[in-house]
Amino acid sequence: MRPKRKQKLFMALGLVSLAAIAVGLTLYALRANINLFFSPIQIVAGDAPYERQLRAGGMVKEGSVRRNPDSLDVEFTVTDYVEDVRVHYSGILPDLFREGQGVVVVGQLQRDGYIKADQVLARHDENYMPPEVSEALEAAGYSPADYQAKAAEVAERVEQRDRAGQN
Amino acid sequence: MWAFINKLRSPKWFYGISARLQPWFWAAALILIVTGTIWGLAFAPADYQQGNSFRIIYVHVPAAFLAQSIFVSLAVTGLVFMVWKIKIADMAATVMAPLGAAMTFVALFSGAVWGVPTWGTWWMWDARLTSMLILLFLYLGVIALRGAFASRDSASRAASVLAMVGVINIPIIKYSVDWWYTLHQPATFTVTGRAAMPMEMWLPLLIMVLGFYSFFIALTLMRTRSEILRRESNKRWVRELAEEAN
Repeated sequence: MRPKRKQKLFMALGLVSLAAIAVGLTLYALRANINLFFSPIQIVAGDAPYERQLRAGGMVKEGSVRRNPDSLDVEFTVTDYVEDVRVHYSGILPDLFREGQGVVVVGQLQRDGYIKADQVLARHDENYMPPEVSEALEAAGYSPADYQAKAAEVAERVEQRDRAGQN
Repeated sequence: MWAFINKLRSPKWFYGISARLQPWFWAAALILIVTGTIWGLAFAPADYQQGNSFRIIYVHVPAAFLAQSIFVSLAVTGLVFMVWKIKIADMAATVMAPLGAAMTFVALFSGAVWGVPTWGTWWMWDARLTSMLILLFLYLGVIALRGAFASRDSASRAASVLAMVGVINIPIIKYSVDWWYTLHQPATFTVTGRAAMPMEMWLPLLIMVLGFYSFFIALTLMRTRSEILRRESNKRWVRELAEEAN
């Protein structure tokens, strides 16, 4: 390679590395703000502000949904399998909303510890399957792979709570 | 290796070889996209939660793949042009950018249409969606820079630098769903590792992805050929070509 070309190559790569470092440091500084939502662990640990617009995310706890039969009011618990947060909402829920489903709740955290939600969004996980497969899975309890994935997730969250507790 | 690079220096050589390659990629694109569309829309099973709306994946994922791959291609061709002054690389970058912008738009639009029934919103400022929107603006920036200079060489260099610096956004898009809490779920379709969907859903998706890539290669070959003729119109071999055609 001719020296002039080599110099140009290093200049181009140097420029890209410098830009990458700048962006990396910016993202590192903003890491908490880029998260779309607070997890129940963070809310229980007191990281979330009161009575200001925030988003909370987690799973809808099994057996926690209470609907008012006369109105659109609904109450449910968002959990990350370690901590729980109660949510009050009045409005239409997305089609994918159900117990055990991931959700993102937009609303205000009240002093009493529940969230008054303005909007409930359903999250979807990366798994897709035909209805027959999901029925078979349910009939068999759980597939071992799913069970392991869930166990690993819970372990990670417990660790996160312990770290939040130390701070 | 060096012989190949030296051949790439000759637009005439590229003009000849691309004419021979082009029909194969067009044929592959046509067959794969038609097969994948019919299979994905009519024969693949519906999802247990989303029902039929999940079929948007057969457009959304290939478009998003291509949007990111084309930007990486822009960065690589930009580097090759800046360091080795290979004109073909710059011509390819010129014709690839609009397709990349279009694919980014398709990914964003199909994602929004999909988000309304599944998430309950068509837009959310989460890390994945926002970084993808930034990619669209980067594409528009690259295209605009090419038009903003009187001299073609300055325009090419400016566009190459923006592409090379902007490529940092690509790993951010890819890992945004793992690094941060996002509304968008982690990747389903991976080439390596276990896919999070059964074979009868995954195979048509693979076919669509391959079809989109074939389409991209075929279109880039075709448009680079016209770009060669445009830029080399005063060269003798191009004039001879035109005279033969008359």
